[in-house]
Amino acid sequence: MQYMFSVIDDKTNANGPDVMAEITAFNDRLAELGHLVFAGGLDAPGSATVIDNRHGEPMLTDGPFVESKEYLAGFWIIEAPDLDVALKLAAEGSKVCRAKLEVRPFLVG
Amino acid sequence: MTDIDDAITAAHRDEWARVVAALARRFGDLDIAEESAAEAFAVAVTRWPQDGVPPNPGAWLTTTANRKAIDRIRRESKRDDKHKEAQLLSDDDPPEPLGVIDDERLRLIFTCCHPALSMETRVALTLRMVGGLTVPEIARAFLAQESAVGQRITRAKAKIKAARIPYRVPSAEDLPTRVAGVLGVLFLVFNEGYLATGSDTDPVRQDLTNEAIRLTRLIRGLLPEDGEVAGLLALMLITDARRTARISASGELVSLDEQDRGSWDTGLIAEGHQLVRERLATGMPPGRYQILAAIGAVHTSARDVRDTDWTQIVALYNQLARLDPSPIVILNRAIAVAELDGPEVALAAVDAIGDKLAGYHAYHATRADLLRRLGRSKESRDAYDQAIELAGNTAETAYLTRRRDQLSV
Repeated sequence: MQYMFSVIDDKTNANGPDVMAEITAFNDRLAELGHLVFAGGLDAPGSATVIDNRHGEPMLTDGPFVESKEYLAGFWIIEAPDLDVALKLAAEGSKVCRAKLEVRPFLVG
Repeated sequence: MTDIDDAITAAHRDEWARVVAALARRFGDLDIAEESAAEAFAVAVTRWPQDGVPPNPGAWLTTTANRKAIDRIRRESKRDDKHKEAQLLSDDDPPEPLGVIDDERLRLIFTCCHPALSMETRVALTLRMVGGLTVPEIARAFLAQESAVGQRITRAKAKIKAARIPYRVPSAEDLPTRVAGVLGVLFLVFNEGYLATGSDTDPVRQDLTNEAIRLTRLIRGLLPEDGEVAGLLALMLITDARRTARISASGELVSLDEQDRGSWDTGLIAEGHQLVRERLATGMPPGRYQILAAIGAVHTSARDVRDTDWTQIVALYNQLARLDPSPIVILNRAIAVAELDGPEVALAAVDAIGDKLAGYHAYHATRADLLRRLGRSKESRDAYDQAIELAGNTAETAYLTRRRDQLSV
């Protein structure tokens, strides 16, 4: 069963090198235990471009798809047998990256 | 009511959770478990009057519900995994030893009270899946729309399935915090029954208080060493023992000092006191429910309100305030302080938390009573007005209105 942990951030300054080191150590541990599928941080929302090609011609918009105080700063995709295991891992993840996480299962079947 | 009706009612009360739990474990799906259990009870209603009540109603219901579940999965198997179906059909359904079945009910309670579900959802789901209450019954209990309650339960079952909330009793390290959530749900159910809200609702909903006590007894039977489980059960029993004395013939709330103590249920009080003594004897530090139960035990030990040991009650509230310094605890402590140190000291303590409890009827009711005792009738009247406006219980509104109208202004 795969879950996505979305990192919800509400500040513009990035975490310092010590935080990055903690996150790397956490990721290494996730990989060792067989939980890690993929993890990555995202650049600031201002670096985003939205593309809409539903109507025959691609329309480009500068900036993120939604303007809000909180934004997606990164994510983990992890493998866990059930939500209790996922929530334990997410609790650690929230601590190391100093941000709220949303835990959501992938659609099955 | 016929014997058959009685037997069906008893089977529903005693066996519903076992049947649902057994099916939930086997099929791993709360929807299938619940709907099949409901179908099995519907079959019982038509069959038992003709065939007689089976010697083991629980086993009969579980077997019938299992068949219904398999029928349901067969019907839906066009879009389901055929292998899973084959596997289910080959299960020859061995009889479960009793201990295991009890454990299954506990799993069901912990699944329904999972911390990833909102508190409202946990209450609704527990009453539905474990208590066997219908959606209209739950909606009535919590003054909610039936459609909203139905949707909440449906969404919860879908989340349990999609997010894979495990169907199990939490591990030893998680158990203390998870039990706290379960007890919180049961205490909410009990309180809603004991001081029911709504202008067209009975002031006491005995169906809810009874259900809360029954489920707490169930947890107590499964976790006999847990102090807070014992504490909550004791608290409920000691509180419920005063039920009949609490509402007058005219439907008005009777305050503790005016209650006819002769009509308290001595059996429930004795059982509650026994649990409190048992916990004291362990010498372990008590939690919130154990302290509240001890306070109830002190109240119910006094033959007359004048014999009440207020020193002891204030000491217990001090202990509670150290664990939980919430404004509501401070408010309740102040009511006891008024008896020990006078209404003026109590009023100062109550006024200090006014900004946090401005929307809580009991805050205004307490102030009104303290101001009345201090002879400040005008302010007391205003406080009664605010309390009446916020109170949701018909018996309480009647009581507050009479007290207000007795004021000499």
